[in-house]
Amino acid sequence: MIIHHPILGPRDAQEFVYLGDESLIDRPDGMTAGIEAFHDYAYNRDNPAGAHRELWYHEQGDRSWLVVTRNTVTHEITKVELARDVARAKGRTK
Amino acid sequence: MSQSHRIAGGQIERSKTLRFHFDGLPYQGHPGDTLASALLANGVQLMGRSFKYHRPRGPLSAGSEEPNALVELRTGGRQEPNTRATVAELYDGLEAKSQNRWPSLRFDAMGINDRLSTFFAAGFYYKTFMWPKSFWEKLYEPIIRRAAGLGSVSREEDPDEYEKGFLHCDLLVIGAGPAGLMAALTAGRAGARVVLADEDFRMGGRLNAETFAVGGKLGADWAAGVLAELSTLPNVRLMVRTTVIGAFDHGIYGAVERVSDHLAVPMAGKPRQVLWRIYSKRAILAAGATERPIAFENNDRPGIMLAGSLRAYANRWGVKAGERVAVFTNNDDGLRTAADLKAKGLEVVAVIDSRDGDEVIDTKGKLGLKSVTIRDSAGRTRTIGVDALGVSGGWNPNVNVHSHHRSRPVWNEEIAGFVPGADGPTGLLVAGAAAGGLSTHAALAQGQAQAIAALTDLGKTAKADSLPEAEDAPVRVTPLWHVHHGKGRAWIDQQNDVTVKDVKLAHQENFSSVEHLKRYTTLGMATDQGKTGNVIGLAVMAELTGRSIPETGTTIYRPPYTPVAMGTLAGRSRGTEFKPTRLTPSHHWAVEQGAFFVEVGMWLRTQWVPKSGETEWRQSVDREVLATRKSVGICDVTTLGKIDIQGTDAGAFLDKVYANTFSTVPVGKCRYGLVLREDGMVFDDGTTARMGENEYVMTTTTANAVTVFRHLEFCRQCLWPDMDVQLISTTEAWAQFSVAGPNARKLLEKVVDQDISDAAFPYMGAGNITVGGLRARLFRISFSGELAYEIAVPTRYGDALLREMLAKGAEFDPVVYGTEALGVMRIEKGHVAGGELNGQSTALNMGLGKMVSKKKDSIGMVLSQREGMVEENGYRLVGVKPVNPAAKLVAGSHFLEIGAAPVAANDGGWLTSKVYSPHLGCDIALGYLKGGDKKIGTRMRAVNLVGGLDTEVEIISPHMFDPEGERLRG
Repeated sequence: MIIHHPILGPRDAQEFVYLGDESLIDRPDGMTAGIEAFHDYAYNRDNPAGAHRELWYHEQGDRSWLVVTRNTVTHEITKVELARDVARAKGRTK
Repeated sequence: MSQSHRIAGGQIERSKTLRFHFDGLPYQGHPGDTLASALLANGVQLMGRSFKYHRPRGPLSAGSEEPNALVELRTGGRQEPNTRATVAELYDGLEAKSQNRWPSLRFDAMGINDRLSTFFAAGFYYKTFMWPKSFWEKLYEPIIRRAAGLGSVSREEDPDEYEKGFLHCDLLVIGAGPAGLMAALTAGRAGARVVLADEDFRMGGRLNAETFAVGGKLGADWAAGVLAELSTLPNVRLMVRTTVIGAFDHGIYGAVERVSDHLAVPMAGKPRQVLWRIYSKRAILAAGATERPIAFENNDRPGIMLAGSLRAYANRWGVKAGERVAVFTNNDDGLRTAADLKAKGLEVVAVIDSRDGDEVIDTKGKLGLKSVTIRDSAGRTRTIGVDALGVSGGWNPNVNVHSHHRSRPVWNEEIAGFVPGADGPTGLLVAGAAAGGLSTHAALAQGQAQAIAALTDLGKTAKADSLPEAEDAPVRVTPLWHVHHGKGRAWIDQQNDVTVKDVKLAHQENFSSVEHLKRYTTLGMATDQGKTGNVIGLAVMAELTGRSIPETGTTIYRPPYTPVAMGTLAGRSRGTEFKPTRLTPSHHWAVEQGAFFVEVGMWLRTQWVPKSGETEWRQSVDREVLATRKSVGICDVTTLGKIDIQGTDAGAFLDKVYANTFSTVPVGKCRYGLVLREDGMVFDDGTTARMGENEYVMTTTTANAVTVFRHLEFCRQCLWPDMDVQLISTTEAWAQFSVAGPNARKLLEKVVDQDISDAAFPYMGAGNITVGGLRARLFRISFSGELAYEIAVPTRYGDALLREMLAKGAEFDPVVYGTEALGVMRIEKGHVAGGELNGQSTALNMGLGKMVSKKKDSIGMVLSQREGMVEENGYRLVGVKPVNPAAKLVAGSHFLEIGAAPVAANDGGWLTSKVYSPHLGCDIALGYLKGGDKKIGTRMRAVNLVGGLDTEVEIISPHMFDPEGERLRG
């Protein structure tokens, strides 16, 4: 696969490490959320046949975490974003 | 040996003679021959035995679709089983052996299977070897494996090298027949970067095997002219002997180039094969078509071939497969074979055209064809003597690569074959016979049109030059899949010995989907992947079920297109080059001392350093431990991960990733920390020092250096994107040594420039220092339990620092210790490492539950409090020693109460790490024991059923040496 890195352009997927569902960005706050919320966060994932937003890490590159929108059936990649931008857009700060 | 069956013509170099052996007998051939063509030229038709029935077999084809003529090529470490003689390029000195026969190819004892064929029908194994269950592994499987199967491996190391390569192009053209050549020419002339790959050693495809004209000259000559032009274009790369094995994602194709397979031994410095990864913007599949046989009784005898192959042997290789030949066809192309053979002077005794109602119903000739029995439209039968029969059941487009992304081929009535369907790999176009355009004109026209389409898509323009004139004959095929006659066996898939009867049986037993048919009968499996047999098999299935072929459907293909050697996939990743080797700064010093090394991830670490007279590892390790505890020892700990963390939020960030608190660590101090995973399990541990207000140096275990850094980047970018914190891995930047033992300080005082007295540099102190003016870092931390420091200098000075410490501290008799002594000392102290940090253990399990702060949010804090993970009687880290000091312990042994039966229900936990402690004079271990904190002082057993050990042990505190920690504060 080829991932179009928003900063570095087309890069071979072998340079990246795959983590999983983008929802891993949505970590609850440990001081307010309980075990149930963390359980959902840590274990529950959708497993779509189709568009999937997922986290890839450019380990053999610039160390950016990316959110890649990939079709799990065709492997077509329709969007690649910096995970930091996605996280900020979700309202994450410090 | 004379080449009794060599005739005039062909693209072979007759002026040169090549000598080769098959089953020990000497033969001759010429450059341009394949092993199969050369054997046929020598009158040898019998080349193999079939998989199941051990039937004598000759080549069915003249290409990579070959199911029968599989041989073992070469000898020793270069021996390669299951090589298709039809594509093995002849070279001087080639040695080949037939396989799957004993004692010889002509007389094969396992030929008895053929007589017992009634028993070996589809599903035989499933039905017969059902019970008793225990017989399978010990009895049935070994026997079946010996009786069945193909070639054997030499078990010697392959002496050749294999490479991996990367190519980028605008257009990849797969196949260099008329369609591929025209496509490459069109795109090449337009200036596009083109890669043209063909599996054959001579480009031209079918044009090499045909006699008709292209552009007013012999097709093969036209092809040679195009290739000559292409070879002058700098933007075109011609790759012969290169099989495109698969279409992968985003325009990436895999290809295997056989660089040296046509030579006895690769040329110096050249690999045997190269696995190419081709990044293409667009690709054209011009892989041609494969002829299929017709199933009739005893259609598998040596001498019975695909008609187009019989013709190829005559036209391309100047070989007559027999003296008296017949052709059996259901389409016009078969007639071409008859005409070509006649023109070559062969005696064509019969053309049996099923469209006229004539059929071949049986054949005779055990080791080679002797006669065929023909039934005409009036039902009359006659037997005629022939020693070769060409069979044409029509041509199947080679859709394989197009269906690698699950695109289902669709049925085309006109050619009676499957053609590429919709939703093929993005950017892949199909041209020529592969697309169902079976005439030469169609191939040329489609090759040109698809090249223009591909380039237009890329925003480039390509010209449509006038096409060379070529035949455009219609296909005219009337499907005939199998001849209805009698009760004999009619082969569909010759490699797997699948007959029409087997398909009938599968149907009778209700395996009606093609996928089930394939698995039940093994139709289309093994090295040829059903290139000749699949379509007939499913057509027979369609007939039996009363459905049409489109309704029945087809199985699809996976990569690779043809078999790939494991060595090719491995490339250079084998032996010590399987992965990179990382050397520590003290490596060269250790090599000089004759040290032993151990692989730790990619690192090679010193395991122990023997002194003269030490013959056994324990002697060295015991000495290293005792010397360290007595005076001072030095250990290279560079491999531990080091991460510099800076920024105004560095402390707050560490509070998030560590279970305990780091924002409160004073500048110039270290703290031991635990990193949890979000599920509450311990991920890693290590010491982190605060070097400045906004500057920390984190250490990780050697094993997790990469994954902890990755995790930290995740936390920084994805979870807390606005924190002011920067990370950089400095594992490679600093050489770091542990200096431990009562004389550690005294030794270091000889090399460092600053005051490091206990007052100036107390326990857990950290700071930037200098060593003879060179910047360095010092940490007063201890893994061994001794007064200890870790000193770091820029990596390139590591070797010098070690030698300096040993020289300047000589009066203290310093010892350099390896990972074994390190392990002994850490287990004596009860520090957790690999065996305990197993990814399934919590801080509480390790006796470190109090370290998890609940006053702040940190990764893993919440889920570490889950029910089940905070059990009162859960696993707790304990120390273990045998009641009898002479008794042995083994890591992995399980705890059992005295007198308890060794069954899972009584399992109390296990020993995680074990060493011999020279201080305690016995084996000691760490372990996880259920309710272990309450069992200190009790006795249990450590049971290892595998090793037959059952040892009574005492459960003790994990802090087995200097439990008060007086030494490390000294």
